[in-house]
Amino acid sequence: MGTVLDIKIKRANKVYYAGEMLSGVVVISSKDSVQHQGVLLTMEGLVNLQLSAKSVGMFEAFCNSVKPIQVLTSSIEIVKPGKFPSGKTEIPFEFPLHVKGNKVLYETYHGVFVNIQPQKGKSTPSPVDFTITPETLQNVKERASLPKFLIRGHLNSTNCVITQPLTGELVVEYSEAAIKNIELQLVRVETCGCAEGYARDATEIQNIQIADGDVCRNLSVPIYMIFPRLFTCPTLETTNFKVEFEVNIVVLLHDDHLITENFPLKLCRI
Amino acid sequence: MAAFPWHSRQRNYKTELESCRLEPVPLDFGDYHPLKPITVTESKTKKMGRKGSTSSTSSSSSSSMVDPLSSVLDGTDPLSMFAATADPMTATANMDSSRKKRDRDDNSTVGPDFEPWSCKRGDILARYTTTEKLSINLFMGSEKGKTATSSSAVSEKVRTRLEELDDLEEGSQRELLNLTQQDYMNRIEELNQSLKDAWASDQKVKALKIVIQCSKLLSDTSVIQFYPSKFVLITDILDTFGKLVYERIFSMCVDNRSALPDHFSPENVNDTAKETCLNWFFKIASIRELIPRFYVEAAILNCNKFLSKTGISECLPRLTCMIRGIGDPLVSVYARAYLCRVLLTEMMERCKKLGNNALLLNSVMSAFRAEFIATRSMDFIGMIKECDESGFPKHLLFRSLGLNLALADPPESDRLQILNEAWKVITKLKNPQDYINCAEVWIEYTCRHFTKREVNTVLADVIKHMTPDRAFEDAYPQLHSIIKTIIAYFHDFSVLFSVEKFLPFLDMFQKENVRVEVCKCIMEAFIKYQQEPTKDPVILNALLHVCKTMHDSVNALTLEDEKRMLAVLINGFIKMVSFGRDFEQQLSFYVETRSMFCNLEPVLVQLIHSVNQLTMETRRVMKGNHSRKTAAFVRACVAFCFITIPSLTGIFTRLNLYLHSGQVALANQCLSQADAFFRAAVSLVPEVPKMINIDGKMRSSESFLLEFLCNLFSTLLIVPDHPEQGVLFLVRGLLNVIQDYTWEDNSDDKIRIYTNVLHLLSAMSQETYLYHVDKVDSNDSLYGGDSKFLAENNKLCETVITQILEHLKTLGKDETLKRQSVLALSFFNSILAHGDLRNNKLNQLSVNLWNLAQRHGCADTRTMVKTLEYIKKRSKQPEMSHLTELALRLPLQTRT
Repeated sequence: MGTVLDIKIKRANKVYYAGEMLSGVVVISSKDSVQHQGVLLTMEGLVNLQLSAKSVGMFEAFCNSVKPIQVLTSSIEIVKPGKFPSGKTEIPFEFPLHVKGNKVLYETYHGVFVNIQPQKGKSTPSPVDFTITPETLQNVKERASLPKFLIRGHLNSTNCVITQPLTGELVVEYSEAAIKNIELQLVRVETCGCAEGYARDATEIQNIQIADGDVCRNLSVPIYMIFPRLFTCPTLETTNFKVEFEVNIVVLLHDDHLITENFPLKLCRI
Repeated sequence: MAAFPWHSRQRNYKTELESCRLEPVPLDFGDYHPLKPITVTESKTKKMGRKGSTSSTSSSSSSSMVDPLSSVLDGTDPLSMFAATADPMTATANMDSSRKKRDRDDNSTVGPDFEPWSCKRGDILARYTTTEKLSINLFMGSEKGKTATSSSAVSEKVRTRLEELDDLEEGSQRELLNLTQQDYMNRIEELNQSLKDAWASDQKVKALKIVIQCSKLLSDTSVIQFYPSKFVLITDILDTFGKLVYERIFSMCVDNRSALPDHFSPENVNDTAKETCLNWFFKIASIRELIPRFYVEAAILNCNKFLSKTGISECLPRLTCMIRGIGDPLVSVYARAYLCRVLLTEMMERCKKLGNNALLLNSVMSAFRAEFIATRSMDFIGMIKECDESGFPKHLLFRSLGLNLALADPPESDRLQILNEAWKVITKLKNPQDYINCAEVWIEYTCRHFTKREVNTVLADVIKHMTPDRAFEDAYPQLHSIIKTIIAYFHDFSVLFSVEKFLPFLDMFQKENVRVEVCKCIMEAFIKYQQEPTKDPVILNALLHVCKTMHDSVNALTLEDEKRMLAVLINGFIKMVSFGRDFEQQLSFYVETRSMFCNLEPVLVQLIHSVNQLTMETRRVMKGNHSRKTAAFVRACVAFCFITIPSLTGIFTRLNLYLHSGQVALANQCLSQADAFFRAAVSLVPEVPKMINIDGKMRSSESFLLEFLCNLFSTLLIVPDHPEQGVLFLVRGLLNVIQDYTWEDNSDDKIRIYTNVLHLLSAMSQETYLYHVDKVDSNDSLYGGDSKFLAENNKLCETVITQILEHLKTLGKDETLKRQSVLALSFFNSILAHGDLRNNKLNQLSVNLWNLAQRHGCADTRTMVKTLEYIKKRSKQPEMSHLTELALRLPLQTRT
C-alpha cells in the first residue's frame, strides 16, 4: 500500500507575513510501517519572471537576464532516519519567516509577466466625482451623432485597500437612448522593462455588471466591486517592473454606443 | 216546473263519525311497530344481577347501534387520503423533500402564525399558468468570445477556471425552445436534480454554474403571465443551493467534540469553515452578471452567520441598492421579493430603522397573514408612529392594521393598549374621510374585544368628527358599515340600545334612503337574533323609532316589493313584543303601532291578527269565563279589529279578517259584535270585483269567492240568530247577495254555492249541530227543533233547489251538456248525502238527476259505477234499506 504524505498549514487562509512564524504539521499515513531516511522540510521563496505568449521574442534577452530570484530559503530536518508506525503520524513544525539579506518579501501574485509585492502601505481616501456627457468624451469620431446623456457619480476612493471593496455610486440623470448595460471593468497594467526598453500590457481581470437594462433615472446605482484575491496585488513599482490597476466604467447604450470612463487605482494592503 | 219540497235527512253525527273511524287495535309491549322508538339497552346485565336483566328484554330492535357510515370511515378517510397524495401541486412540490424542513426553520424565526412560503408557493404556481411556449437558454454566448480576446495572456489554468463559471459543461450551450409549461417545469426539476447530484459528487463549481445559469433565466420576462411561477421554480433551486452550502459549512464546524448549536455565534466557528465560507462569497462576488450575482448571493446570505453576527444586516442595504441596477421593473420587484423572503426578520429590523417605510409597512400588513400581524400589533403601532408620513399617509397604515385586527386577535394583554394607541392617532386625523376610513375598520376590533362602554366612546368620537360641516354626508357607506359591524357583535338589543351614542349616531343618517337601509339592517338583525319576546322600554322606544323611520319613507312611489319588505320587518318586531300578562298594555301598544304604521297594510293585518290572538289568549287565561273586566277588554279588542278592517284595501283580506275576527268574537261571547262582523262580511261580498290582481296577474275572483263563502257557511251554522231580526237573517241576506251578484256567464259557481247553501241548511235543520262554540247557544238550542224554524228552513231549501234546477235546464244546449252532466251528478250526490230519500218526490228527483247525468253520454262510466256501488253499500246500513230500492231504479248506461 502506498504511503500518503501531506503538509497541512495551520492558518486556514494560508497568508503569512514576514517575521511571523509559519506552523503546521506533516501528515504521513500508511497501512504498514514505513522505513525512511529522515524527513527534511525545505521552505523557499521565489520571484519568477514568466514570458507572456503575446510578447514572445520581445523579451527573450530581458528574461534570460533575469533568473528566478530567491528571496527566502530555509530547511530543517524534522525526523531522523527510522521507521514510521502503521496508521497516521502527525509531525508538527515551525518556520520563522525571515527574508534573506536585504531583499523585500513580495506578496504572492499570479500575473501575466511577473509578480509579488510588499506588505505595508498607507491609504488616504481620495474620492473622485465624475460626470459623463457627450462633451466629456475623448476619441469620439462624430460627436454630433451621439445621443445626449448625463451620468454623474463618484468613487469613494481611488486609493483602495485591497481587502476592501471598491465603492461608489452612479446616477443616470438623463439619457436619450435606452441603457443596455453598465459594467465595472477592472484592468491590470503590467510594465516590464530595463535599460533596453519596456513592455506594457493591460488585461481585464474582472468585469462586474452593475446595471442590467434601462435603469431608473435619478436613482443611484451602487458601484461595488470586491478585488479578486488571485489576480490583484497592491500597486507595485520597482526598478524592473510595475503592476498598476485601473477601473473602467463602461456604459453600453441600446444603439450600441459604448462609453468608457477610466480611473487609475492605487491598491495597498494595510 | 213544480217545486220540490226539501226533506233533510236526520243525522247522528256521533255514530257516523264512529262508523267512519278505523278500529283501534291495542299494541302489546313487545310488538313490532315501525314508529315505536328504538330503545337500546346495554347487555351488561349479568354482573348486575336480576334487577338489571329485567329491563334488558324490552329492546324491539337490534341492540347493536353501529352507525354503518362511521364504521366505514373509521381511521383514515379514503377520500382525504387520496386528496393528500394526488394533489397535483405536490407532484411539483416534491422538488426537494427537505424544503419542508427549511420552511419550518424559517418559521422558527417568525412564529407559526406566519403564512409559510410553501402555501404561497402553491398558490402562485396554481394561479400563474400559461399555454404559450417557453424557452430556456442556458448559455450566454457573447461573453466567452469577448473574454478570450482581451485576456489571451491569462494562463491556461486560470482561463479554464473562468470559463468553467460561464458554461455548464463543455459544449453545453443549449437553448431549449417551444417548451410547454409542463416541459419547462420538468427541465427546471432536472436542473434541480443535477444541482444536487453535482453537489453530492463534490463538483462544487458545476453546482454553482447551474445556479448561475438558472438565475439568469429570471431576467427573461417574455411570457409575462408565467413569470411568477418561474420565479417560484427558480427560487426553489436557489433555496436548495443555499441550504446545501449552509449545511456543508455547518458540517465543517463539527469538531471532534460536538456539533454547533442551532443558534451559534461566529466565535464558535472554526477557521477552515470561515475560510470556505469566505471563498463562496468571493466566488459569487466575481459573477459577471448582475442578476445571477444578486440571486446567488441572496441565496447563501444566511451563511453570513458563520462570519459575523451583524453580517446579514450589513449586507442587506447593499443588496437592496444593488437591485436598483436592474432596469426591468418586474424583474427588479421580484428580486426584492426574493430578498424579503430570504431575510424576513432582518428586513423587519431594517424597516424599523429606516424612516420612509410607510409603504413597505403597508405592504407587509396587507400581504401577511392577519394572525402574524395581530400578534405583533404593538410593534407595528410603534413602527407606524415612528415612520415618515410623506408619501404614504399614516391613516392608511392604521387602516391596514385595523383590517388585520378585525381578522385575528392580538395577545390578551395588549388589547386595550392597542386600542388606546391606535385611537389616539386616529382621533387626531383632520380629514373626515381619512378619519372615517380608519374608524370604520377599527370599530370591529373594538366590538370584538371590548364592552359597550368602549364602543360608546368610539361612537361619540365618530359623531364628534363627522358632524362639523355635515361631513357625514360624504361618509354614508362607512357609517353604514359601522352600524352593521356593531349589530353583528351586539346581539342583545337591550345592551345595544343602552349604548348612549347609538341613536345619536343613527341621526347622522339624514339622507332618507340611506337612513331606511340602516333601519332595515337593524330590524333584520333584531328579527334574527332576538330570541325571547321583550317589553324592554329601551328596545321598544328605539325600535319603534326605527320602524317609524322605515314606515315614513313609504310614499306613492315606493315599490310594492319594498313595502312588503318593510312590512315584514315591522311585523317581525311587533311579533316579538310581549308585555306578558299585562294584556291592556299589550293592546295599547297595538293601538299605538296602528297609528304609527297605518300606511303599511300588511302591518295592519298583522295587528288585527295580534289583537285576535290577544283576545284568545285572554279567553285561555280566563278558561272561557270572562269576568266583567275581561269581557270589557275583549270587547275593546274586538272593536279594535272592527274599526281597523275597513281601512284595508284588499277585498279578500277584509272578508277573511271579518270572518276570522267574527269567529274570535263569537268564541269570546261577543254575540252582537260577531253578528256585526258577519253582516259586514255579507254586505262586502257584492263589492268583490270580477277580476283581482294576484302576483301581478289579473285572475277571476270567483274561485276565491267560492272558497270564502264555503268557509263563511260553516261558521254561519253556529251563529245564533239575532233576536231582533228574522229567522236565518244572515243566510237570507247572503242568499240575496249571491242572487244579485253578477256571475260569469259560463260559470256554474253560483250553483255550486247554492249546493253548499243546501248543505248548510240541512245541517241547520238537525236536532243537534255538528259543532258548537263553547258557551254560545246556536240555533239548535235556541229553537230546539221548532217546526216553524224548520218550515222556514225548508222553504229556503226549496227556493235554492228551484234555482239549481232552473240552471240545469239552461244547460241543455249541445256545448253545455258536459257541464250539465257534471252538475246533475253533483246535485245527485248532495241529495244522497243530505236529503231524506224516503220522500218520494226527492227520490224521484234524484232518479231524474241520475238519468240527466247520463242522458247525453257525457257521464264518466266509472264514476257512475262507483256511485252505484256506494249506494248499495250504504243500503246495508241500518235505516238505509230504502236505498236498495233506489239503486234498482238507477240504470247504468253503456256507452254506444
